[in-house]
Amino acid sequence: MPDRRTLLRVEHLRKVYESATGNVEAIGDISFTMDAGELVCIVGPSGCGKTTLLKCLAGLLRPTSGVVEMDGSPVTGPSPAMAVVFQEYGRSLYPWLTVRGNVELPLRHKKLSRAARAKLVVDALEAVGLAHAARSHPWQLSGGMQQRVAIARAIAYQPDVLIMDEPFAAVDAQTRADLEDLVRELHASRTISVLFVTHDIDESVYLGQRVLVLSTSPTWVQEDLAIDLPPERDQITTRALPRFTQLRTHVYDQIQRAKRGQTVAPRSAR
Amino acid sequence: MSAYTSRIATTTRGRRVGPRIAASLLYPLGLPMLLLVSWGLVSTRGTSRFFPGPLTIADAFLQTWVGPAFVEDVLPSLARLGLGVAASIVLGIAAGTVIGLVVWLRELLEPLLEFLRAIPPPVLIPVVMLLLGITDTMKVVVIVSGAVWPILLNTIEGVRATDSVMKETAESFQVSWWERLWFLVLPAASPRIMAGVRQALSVALILMVISEMFASSSGLGYRIAYFQRNYLIAEMWSGILLLGLVGVFLAVAFGLVERRVLRWYHGIREVNRA
Repeated sequence: MPDRRTLLRVEHLRKVYESATGNVEAIGDISFTMDAGELVCIVGPSGCGKTTLLKCLAGLLRPTSGVVEMDGSPVTGPSPAMAVVFQEYGRSLYPWLTVRGNVELPLRHKKLSRAARAKLVVDALEAVGLAHAARSHPWQLSGGMQQRVAIARAIAYQPDVLIMDEPFAAVDAQTRADLEDLVRELHASRTISVLFVTHDIDESVYLGQRVLVLSTSPTWVQEDLAIDLPPERDQITTRALPRFTQLRTHVYDQIQRAKRGQTVAPRSAR
Repeated sequence: MSAYTSRIATTTRGRRVGPRIAASLLYPLGLPMLLLVSWGLVSTRGTSRFFPGPLTIADAFLQTWVGPAFVEDVLPSLARLGLGVAASIVLGIAAGTVIGLVVWLRELLEPLLEFLRAIPPPVLIPVVMLLLGITDTMKVVVIVSGAVWPILLNTIEGVRATDSVMKETAESFQVSWWERLWFLVLPAASPRIMAGVRQALSVALILMVISEMFASSSGLGYRIAYFQRNYLIAEMWSGILLLGLVGVFLAVAFGLVERRVLRWYHGIREVNRA
């Protein structure tokens, strides 16, 4: 059983985009915590500021107000404790580098011996089943394989938490199922926490130990739902469980209510 | 059965190799040959002394350029050209990268750069001559003053257009400044940079000749101008022929380098086309 210390703490996070034509409040007031070793999915209606939230967590965007804490210390910029897997794998992998070069690049500034670095790369590529493609270039691979390279790059970086921004939105359904199982397997086999942002309700329920349902923009956490499905999951039996159907219907209802604006924001957000 | 079919395959292939090689030679070389032959025919009938036949020019070519003239005129010219191109590439990429990365610098310099690149470099030759004298440095400076612009402006544009997700990726993994430059910014800009270098090569060749025509005691441009003034028509044409060959050589050398540097770029385009 992994320890239950708090890894990520988000408190009253608010993000307003300022522009000449008027300010846009993307995130109203988001608070949640995530324990070490957890796999948390964030799901919400489209345009609810999921990517904005994620960039604030990863230190790529400065929140307008509020706190993001990683292991007790505030996040003010990108941190070695986090690795991001972006949705657009085609624009996140560098086409002039080989698969190996891409996975190796973030490790170059870490103080590692050449052998240790090479071992991390090989190990990560094996974990995603791409050891044979190390010398290929990303554009020679299918979309699903490219996203596997991005995942390998993230886990070779040895972060405490893996932040994934709708990583499988652009791949076909069968590849997507394989990649979902890969994420669950990596989460189980390596003591790594995963924060998985998606717009796909079924995906969030299938993957997550917890699902955070976001409201429409300006966003707050509408529901923090524990997923009490058995820890051993597979695409056929888990998705056929009555409990799975109940949970996905529940999340679906929540998102429909969010879209209709039938929910009430927490007092602090107003 | 398989032996039978395989033999058939080899024989058909064997039968096709000859014509295929002939065809691949015929297309690029056919038209030049045809032009040479018709030129030869026309010149034997014509009497104009300004357009000698190809055999006369070939003879003059051997007489003029094979021997000491190669060391005295051709090599110095090629050295100036090489130096000018190298300096333009280094200067253009270095300055272009800095200007492309720093937003305020770019906004400050862009109108000025557009103005400077619009000035035809040959008009600067007398000025540079005054400043530097009639030296090799002056000729290299003239070459750079024209050849640097396409590289500089293309580098600025290429560096500026680095993909935002690629930049965010580097940022989130805390890739260091130098690594970002070497593994992200320069490769991302390399297709634009190479396009700039291709333009710069032809500009450099033109400026090499012109700078030598103005004031010089050696070099291809000097030699050709000398032949012109002394009515050595066949020799003049042979010089022009040599310039053309230098141009072709540069293009071929560039093509080899470009295919290597931009292998990934051409690979992606091939994948997208398929």
